[in-house]
Amino acid sequence: MVDLRNDFLGIKSPNPFWLASAPPTDRETNVVRAFKAGWGGVVWKTLGEDPHVVNVNGPRYGAIHAGDRRLIGLNNIELITDRPLGINLQEIKKVKREWPDRAMVVSLMVPCEEQNWVDILKAVEDTNADGVELNFGCPHGMSERGMGAAVGQVPEYVGMVARWCKANTRMPVIVKLTPNIGDIRQPARAANEGGADAVSLINTVNSIIGVDLDIMAPEPHTDGKGTHGGYCGPAVKPIALNMVAEIARDPETHGLPISGIGGITTWRDAAEFMALGAGNVQVCTAAMTYGFKIIDELTSGLKNWMSEKGYSSIDEFIGMAVPNVTDWQYLNLNHIVKAKIDQDKCIKCGRCHIVCEDTSHQAITSMLDGQRHFEVIDEECVGCNLCVSVCPVENCITLEQMTEGTDPRTGQPINPDYANWTTHPNNPNRVGEAAE
Amino acid sequence: MVGTKQSGIAAGRLSGEKYAENFSDLHPPLTSHEALVEADRCYFCHDAPCVTACPTGIDIPMFIRQILTENPNGAAKTIFDENIMGGMCARVCPTETLCEQACVRNDCEEKPVLIGQLQRFATDTAMATGEQPYERASSTGKKVAIVGAGPAGLACAHRLALLGHEAVIFEARPKSGGLNEYGIAAYKAAENIAQREVEFITSIGGISVEHGKALGKEITLDGLRNKFDAVFLGMGLGGVNGLGIDGEDGEGVEDAVEFIAGLRQADELSALAVGRKVAVIGGGMTAIDAAVQAKLLGAEEVTIAYRRGKDQMNASAFEQDLAQTNGVTIRHNVQPVRVVVDSGKVSGIELEYTQAQAGKLVGTGETFILNADMVFKAIGQTFNGEVATLALEGRRIRIDSDRKTSLDGVWAGGDCVAGGDDLTVAAVEDGKRAAESIHQTLSA
Repeated sequence: MVDLRNDFLGIKSPNPFWLASAPPTDRETNVVRAFKAGWGGVVWKTLGEDPHVVNVNGPRYGAIHAGDRRLIGLNNIELITDRPLGINLQEIKKVKREWPDRAMVVSLMVPCEEQNWVDILKAVEDTNADGVELNFGCPHGMSERGMGAAVGQVPEYVGMVARWCKANTRMPVIVKLTPNIGDIRQPARAANEGGADAVSLINTVNSIIGVDLDIMAPEPHTDGKGTHGGYCGPAVKPIALNMVAEIARDPETHGLPISGIGGITTWRDAAEFMALGAGNVQVCTAAMTYGFKIIDELTSGLKNWMSEKGYSSIDEFIGMAVPNVTDWQYLNLNHIVKAKIDQDKCIKCGRCHIVCEDTSHQAITSMLDGQRHFEVIDEECVGCNLCVSVCPVENCITLEQMTEGTDPRTGQPINPDYANWTTHPNNPNRVGEAAE
Repeated sequence: MVGTKQSGIAAGRLSGEKYAENFSDLHPPLTSHEALVEADRCYFCHDAPCVTACPTGIDIPMFIRQILTENPNGAAKTIFDENIMGGMCARVCPTETLCEQACVRNDCEEKPVLIGQLQRFATDTAMATGEQPYERASSTGKKVAIVGAGPAGLACAHRLALLGHEAVIFEARPKSGGLNEYGIAAYKAAENIAQREVEFITSIGGISVEHGKALGKEITLDGLRNKFDAVFLGMGLGGVNGLGIDGEDGEGVEDAVEFIAGLRQADELSALAVGRKVAVIGGGMTAIDAAVQAKLLGAEEVTIAYRRGKDQMNASAFEQDLAQTNGVTIRHNVQPVRVVVDSGKVSGIELEYTQAQAGKLVGTGETFILNADMVFKAIGQTFNGEVATLALEGRRIRIDSDRKTSLDGVWAGGDCVAGGDDLTVAAVEDGKRAAESIHQTLSA
């Protein structure tokens, strides 16, 4: 039997799917709807100090669509909660009391003074919430006021506030990181040194989603002006996966629990985050695109996949892909692959040919005996995967490993031994022997 | 090979290959690529109109999303949760008047998501694993008698078994499946799907089928009520309406229902005899199935004669198109007045034009003869009235929304009850609802 139960920092939830701190977790009504739908937990939308902030009265969101208006990226300029602190705390307490088996984590953002954090932590403890998440990520609005990403971009501040919080509450402390930084490991290390129990990432990416070319203003705009927002949704998933992996494999933070966030839309996305070390995941845009009901797809899909793979609990695969994330210099340069086109599946659109011809290695034919025909020329193919990436038919083009003979491109015999850049003759800094 | 131009009723009109080709799968299944592309079209609507339009209420957007996320077995489970015969229904449901008619894509592109074909993709994938996706609840010790191993009875049995009860099905015919096995055109039920589905359903355990047991003959309702904790009646319609005209007993006049059943049970299609010129009287699915299959068996001319207009036909627009694509002629607004019989054999049918007058259908008096050496009656089936003690509504068993009959401890569903759509999917819903109600009653 597959068990989806999740224990993150001792915070238990029936499944590893939490709703991220965002509009879907802004109030009791939404959170109760989410719990009824089956979500494992929530991170309540970020609380701040009274008087509460206000939002614009114009559009808060902008979107990027793929064909057929499938939403692939969302940008927002909404701030933290725009309701009084007391009302939020009251609702949090009530919902936690009524839904004791669900994770209730509260996101916080107050000015960078220890007393401000002490005060709000005390207030949150009274709600019996399971933990807090420090919002050092919001890239818009709040950062102008010295909070959110303005803190997250300075590792010293991250460590400092984490330390204050750990010193002043019994609750687990999760630090939410901003991706708007050069090296994500720096704030993660700072959070770790500050005693944070976990990090969660990523928050949204600085973005302008588009430009209205009629009024010449960024989208979305209010009264003719726009501002940058935070970008999220399926489009940011690769950025998030990399950052999660960087923290998971960094010797200084390896083992630090991670709550994965960033474009998680399907069970597979979630499994990928977990494989790269996330102990659970947080979802927002997918719920804001399709509603809370997607939780059924997430849980059913994850369960079916686990059952097929023989995993009985999620701990069995968390972090399993981390050892296989490495630096470029350690990739095996003797591993030779060639693209292969399955002629039965090929629909002869020619996209593989033209991208290879125009932008890569001229390694795919377009004609054979006067007929439209696409075939890989092994003498030219470097195995780059571009043709696979642009082919509209799944599994029509595959990369096949050469295990013996001679690589027709280089004329070199296939070498079964591992060899990487560190020992390559062209590397001026090469060492004697390859290190894995 | 006799060919299509041999007069009279003859077998072996076609070559062996032609039979195989004619009776192969009507819609070849979607490949996984096709399924992904089609699934991508679903908008995952809230309170989706397609779900409302499905008599069994399958969560269609959810199963399509599961296909899209490469979880076809999960998709099938979503389907089976509401409709354990999702495999057959994917093949025989008139989707163009149910889920697909309701699809919001009709408003965008006049092209609905192909829900039926996606359902088939998911259920085929799951059934190919050979796994029963359900585990039974612990035994309740209760036994329920089910009359009829058709869609209603099997759906009822599966749900009862799931809930921990034991189901004993009494079936008059030698095989289970009901109309799925005996009453549906062969090209809609290729590759023995009806029997594979029966095996899939009964593999949950706790279901036994006793064949050769017909209600009113080998078994009685009173007997079942005495011996079991509850009874579900799903024996369908045993009677066939007669034409009530001269010449009806001439050689060459046959029941369409029998013809369809015989075709499905035939080991060798070339042994089946069919006329050169065939007339089918009726306007429902049975008329279409008989007419199309007569054509596919090598009849030269097949004509459906229906007494009302195109829009009144019970057969869906898709089915009517299917008939016409196969070369069947459909004549509307004609009614039979006499079967023309020469030396005991049918040679034609005399049809009278009809028209609506003050809402009533009347003959105009003008008639013509349609030459035919074979005439199929497909003007509906009737409830045999096996159980005199049950209250009826119209000419079928009266039930409430829980599928309870007028007798304590007796539930009913499928074609034998009043108010249904005479569809497989409606029968499945009846069986499922009845099982839930029986469970409630037995648990009380």
